[in-house]
Amino acid sequence: MELDPLILSRIQFAFVVSFHAIFPVFTIGLACFIATLETLGFMTKNPVWIKLSTFWTKVFAVVFGMGVVSGIVMSFQFGTNWSNFAQASANFLGPVLSYEVLTAFFLEAAFLGVLLFGRDKVPPGIHMFSAMMVALGTIISTFWILSANSWMHTPAGVDLRDGVFQVTSWAEAIFNPSFPYRFLHMGVASFLTGSFVVAGVSAWYLLRGREVEANRKALSICLWFLLLIAPAQAVIGDFHGLNTLQHQPMKVAAMEGNWETSRQVPLLLFAIPDQENQTNHFEVGIPGLASLILTHEWDGEVPGLEEVAVDQQPPVSIVFWSFRVMVGLGLLMIAFAVAGLLLRPGGRYWRTNWFLQGLRLMSITPFIAVLAGWFVTEIGRAPWLVYGMMTHAEGLTPSLTGSMALFTLIGYVLVYALVFSAGLYYLMRVLYVGLEDHEESGERDTKRPSRPFSAADVPFEFDTAGTGNTKSTHQGGPSSWSS
Amino acid sequence: MEQLTLPLIWAFIIGFGVIMYVLMDGFDLGVGILFPFAPNEESRDIMMNTVAPVWDGNETWLVLGGAGLLAAFPLVYSILLPALYLGVFLLLAGLIFRGVAFEFRFKANRSRYLWNWSFAGGSTVAALAQGAVVGAYIEGFETANGVFVGDALDWLTPFSLLTAMGLLAGYALLGATWLIMKTEGQLQEWAYRITVPLLMAVLAVFAVISVWTPFVDEMVRERWFSNLTVIWVLPAFSLGFAFLIFRSVRKRLEGLPFVATMGLFVSTYLGLVVSRWPYVVPPDYTLWDAASAPESQLFLLIGLIFVLPVILGYTAWTYWVFRGKVRAGEGYH
Repeated sequence: MELDPLILSRIQFAFVVSFHAIFPVFTIGLACFIATLETLGFMTKNPVWIKLSTFWTKVFAVVFGMGVVSGIVMSFQFGTNWSNFAQASANFLGPVLSYEVLTAFFLEAAFLGVLLFGRDKVPPGIHMFSAMMVALGTIISTFWILSANSWMHTPAGVDLRDGVFQVTSWAEAIFNPSFPYRFLHMGVASFLTGSFVVAGVSAWYLLRGREVEANRKALSICLWFLLLIAPAQAVIGDFHGLNTLQHQPMKVAAMEGNWETSRQVPLLLFAIPDQENQTNHFEVGIPGLASLILTHEWDGEVPGLEEVAVDQQPPVSIVFWSFRVMVGLGLLMIAFAVAGLLLRPGGRYWRTNWFLQGLRLMSITPFIAVLAGWFVTEIGRAPWLVYGMMTHAEGLTPSLTGSMALFTLIGYVLVYALVFSAGLYYLMRVLYVGLEDHEESGERDTKRPSRPFSAADVPFEFDTAGTGNTKSTHQGGPSSWSS
Repeated sequence: MEQLTLPLIWAFIIGFGVIMYVLMDGFDLGVGILFPFAPNEESRDIMMNTVAPVWDGNETWLVLGGAGLLAAFPLVYSILLPALYLGVFLLLAGLIFRGVAFEFRFKANRSRYLWNWSFAGGSTVAALAQGAVVGAYIEGFETANGVFVGDALDWLTPFSLLTAMGLLAGYALLGATWLIMKTEGQLQEWAYRITVPLLMAVLAVFAVISVWTPFVDEMVRERWFSNLTVIWVLPAFSLGFAFLIFRSVRKRLEGLPFVATMGLFVSTYLGLVVSRWPYVVPPDYTLWDAASAPESQLFLLIGLIFVLPVILGYTAWTYWVFRGKVRAGEGYH
């Protein structure tokens, strides 16, 4: 069988990016939460805030470590697998990515060192400042990377001359048409992720009656914040959708499973898109609603996939279903945020069992929603690498062979699988130890005679007895925090 | 005028970024390379804590090198990375394993030895891959019409293996002298002991490379043996710094061995640069051929002028915060 370097490179990039993306969406929100805790601790002198901050900083460090190393891979992959694209787009992407390094990465890295190791070495005010700088770094980083990514969806401010993009307006290129929506949508998604993880973990601690005072405070902050941002995300998403309809109509057509350009298009709740026959099976929809949402008129005209040749259409099924997963989870998030408000009188939110159990499960949903959204936008761009201007095939490295691409694809999958399962395991360990005297519990473990890992003496509840070694069995995600 | 000077400024900036990376990540990679040979597990804890607060910032210079190259000299970026495809993969895989080891190792109990190997192995592989890149770079790349047309394993030659060993020894030397500065007692004693043998290894590899390089490449030969006698000051400096390392270790000085090792790296690096100047993709393309659009170079330069001093400022500040000896039991874990 002939190995196709194009397909393999696309799989490789999709894998690396998807894997990488789940870390920043968590750390951006968490960094802001930690900065808030540090500020509250500094202002009120109440040690509970510092206790919370110290704990969440440990979680942050593990996740940030994985995010950093997987991110380094991406900055080199443009060159290894997509060198034609790199060369063509360097005039714009080069400066933008460099600005990201200069204004964000250095800031994060330097002040993270102080945040993690400097509590006894710098004054409290400087420590708080370091937490703020780390948070600021993650937000600046989001700004640049989403500018670069949005430009690939809605290229602006450039001319394509002799196969190379020449920048004609930096302002238009950086603040390209889809950038503001994408930046807001992704930024809020990060806050949702951070909030739901913190809320879920706090709920789990409350269920077990651990560090009740601190975790009630943490949960309360998260629920107020979620009440604000979960509904806001729906509104931002709607505006983003309108923007996409304007600039990438075929992506929206795929999201809606809409084949024919027509009026009074129904909003499909369920359907099985059939790209071969250019139709849907088993449609269940609400008449006219898609037209209403997309054009804000009942009989607004919505373009269908038929407007372009079949080979210019994105893979409809993936886009269609990913979109439904994202929206469905978003609605669920809003429901939980509202439930938090209704349960607030008398502090029922930290006593209601079903609510806490539900929050615990909800902590994984933002990751799924973000990945689903990512699939919608990136796969929906196909077959374009730079929308309307450069295809995936044109961007590929000329000298790349299928076997090389396959070799590194397998390599990255193995490396990431190993690192991720270990990271998840240590994350669980940090969470299990919790806010209490972690020094002591750590000590207890180290004093044990070291032996090759066997599951037998793993003290964690989430390690359901005797399933192989301790390293590779913890892929259950946060839902397996308690058995 | 603008066409002429902007690429020159950028060549200087990228060159500065590269040496910053080599010096800074060099010593923390070096600590990883030396890791398996440390006297005991407590020493390893201390070794890791000497670099834990700063390694992430050090490695950021590599990312800046990658992004800056794409911005200023996209031709170099888009030829070098495909040409070094497998080497880049090994480098990145190495950096992944050593990077996560910083957090995972202190959280592991029974599996701690695995993260010791992850840190040591990752650092070693990353150093070897970088050293091989240096060798491949000296030997040049097969290109046509601005794209790499060679084979995926072209970069793997006896010469690049030699440079790989050279950089491995060099990073280990940086790591050893860093540990002399940052530790005390038994660990420092051990660092003193291994510094001179490492220095000898580095000098041996340098000697072979110095003799070999002019034979590998006619241009390099011409550069060194024509009337440009002034460049011989660089190898003279290298030898001077090597002697300084030797002397300062003998005299049990704590800071000077590290500073002198950095001097050795800088003078060797400059020697490498003058051998190839102004070719950035040897043997075909000069830095002017490889430059991006002047507007792009200018756009980034303006920001860089303002931001880089700030970065250098707070980086220096973090080193100041974490100054002094690292003792057992420190760190946040």
